[in-house]
Amino acid sequence: MNKRVPLTGNDAGAEALKDVNPDVAAVFPITPQTELMHQFASYVHDGVVDTELILVESEHSAQSACFGAASAGARTVTATSSQGLLLMAEICAITAATRLPVVMPVVNRAISAPVNIGCDHSDSMFLRDAGWIQLYCENSQEVYDTVVQAFRIGEHKDVLLPVMVCLDGFIISHTMEGVELIGPEAARQFVGEYDAAFRLLDTAKPITVGPLHLTDYYFECKRQVVEAMATARRVIVEVGKEYGRLTGREYALFEPYRLDDAEVAIIALGSTCGTAKVAADRAREKGLRAGVLKLRSFRPFPGEEIAEALRHVGAVAVLDRSISYGLPGGPLFHEVRSFANGGAVLVSYVYGLGGRDITPSDLQCVFAELAARRQSGESDGVFRYIGLRES
Amino acid sequence: MASELIEIRWHGRGGQGAKTAAQLVAQVALEEGRFSQGFPEYGPERMGAPIRGFTRVSDAPIRLHCAIERPDVVVVLDDTLIGMPSITEGADHKTIFVINTMLAASEIGDKLKGAGGKPVGTLYCIDATTISIDELGRPMPNTPMIGALVKATACISISALKKDIQKKFLAKFGERVVRGNIRAIERAYEEVQTS
Repeated sequence: MNKRVPLTGNDAGAEALKDVNPDVAAVFPITPQTELMHQFASYVHDGVVDTELILVESEHSAQSACFGAASAGARTVTATSSQGLLLMAEICAITAATRLPVVMPVVNRAISAPVNIGCDHSDSMFLRDAGWIQLYCENSQEVYDTVVQAFRIGEHKDVLLPVMVCLDGFIISHTMEGVELIGPEAARQFVGEYDAAFRLLDTAKPITVGPLHLTDYYFECKRQVVEAMATARRVIVEVGKEYGRLTGREYALFEPYRLDDAEVAIIALGSTCGTAKVAADRAREKGLRAGVLKLRSFRPFPGEEIAEALRHVGAVAVLDRSISYGLPGGPLFHEVRSFANGGAVLVSYVYGLGGRDITPSDLQCVFAELAARRQSGESDGVFRYIGLRES
Repeated sequence: MASELIEIRWHGRGGQGAKTAAQLVAQVALEEGRFSQGFPEYGPERMGAPIRGFTRVSDAPIRLHCAIERPDVVVVLDDTLIGMPSITEGADHKTIFVINTMLAASEIGDKLKGAGGKPVGTLYCIDATTISIDELGRPMPNTPMIGALVKATACISISALKKDIQKKFLAKFGERVVRGNIRAIERAYEEVQTS
């Protein structure tokens, strides 16, 4: 085993960017992402990497700079959170549909109002349909590993989509944990040289970027993003396997934890999955066969595989750290349910908005509620909150 | 597995270095080949306002990602916080309290009651503020409090702690600050009193 070094999630993201040495980084601060790009900027300043750092005046400009640099064929990164992601949303959709594989750590934070800097997934869920691949991380190790893999996934010639690497604000971004690094040599060898198929500045092969497509081919461009996302499902698994051969840490679309014989299970995104694993262990000590499905890839969404993995489980709680107004249940719940083929009782739990803590005892209660529902066979579609202070 | 996990909750005021101390202990544990986490309260920090920090140390990988509900150890960097319910929250008769105070353990004990007025845990008291003024020239109780914590719990070794301080502080703050911090840690380790 390599030496584990103490890094916060933000440090781990910066370390991965440093080890990859991208061509261009657009930088604008926002809590809780600020330290990530601050740390990376110090590597640029110290000459550890030769990335062109662009200090911009807003996130809209950050994503615009990424669009320009990536159009020119540069390996391009930025990072943001919350309001910053919403401000750049307009350009995010353009980056994706122009098929520019920008890599962007998103340090998940609640969106206003009320003003809040705590973690939830409302920001990345806001861009659910923007055409970005979205990979969620449980801990700092996964942040490092996923940022490195993101370049290979997004830049794959049959994918060519931008990738958000989502990490929970404060819970991961500010928690110091041991992380194994592969170092710049191995990381750069793993990602390889980026050879863009088209380059705006290649005067020998002139191209037009961002032309008008009216009723003639606009529709087809959108359909091609659908195909790229479908291909990304295969590529995420291939890249995750190859990374596993290199490091011993293999990655896939999701990670099953004690699911094989589970009667009840939780499906969730991000850091909560770690806490849910502890809750599952404790539930098992009390005789309840509990498991966890940690979803890593929310876009593309591996619906059939999730349904298959949960087929034998009697009752499933789908945990959303975001909310969909006007439709009971969070986005993850509705997507899981759209692939459910009968069988399991599905319950939607919305939790942790604005950084409200989620503990193993909260999740043991969820497992206990699932066990009761499994017994009673109560029908699905039930919508619950965890830790709400109104009743 | 649960018995191998030590959960430490830090209480201080913004500016006293509770977050730094929480992360420093986690770093030293990692240097010693163990698994650890160090993190601040998730949210804004304001100078003088009550804040919390958290450290987990374990022989096995740590999967929890939440605040510490039932601390094995509570470190209090500022005794004016005593009496706030958050200090004794989740504590029981087995909890170890390490408190920065000029008062004796017997005097603090009366003020430190858990839920239902029940007495809580074992008390370790140290005047870390005076030690830091003597050794560092300013009231910065966090490093001596780590010395007292190590004496009370042996969660990390004192030699690894000193080595880490030497390594981390030397380039950033210079030899004088390193010496002051190491003396502060040693003094707190020696002078901490228990009830």
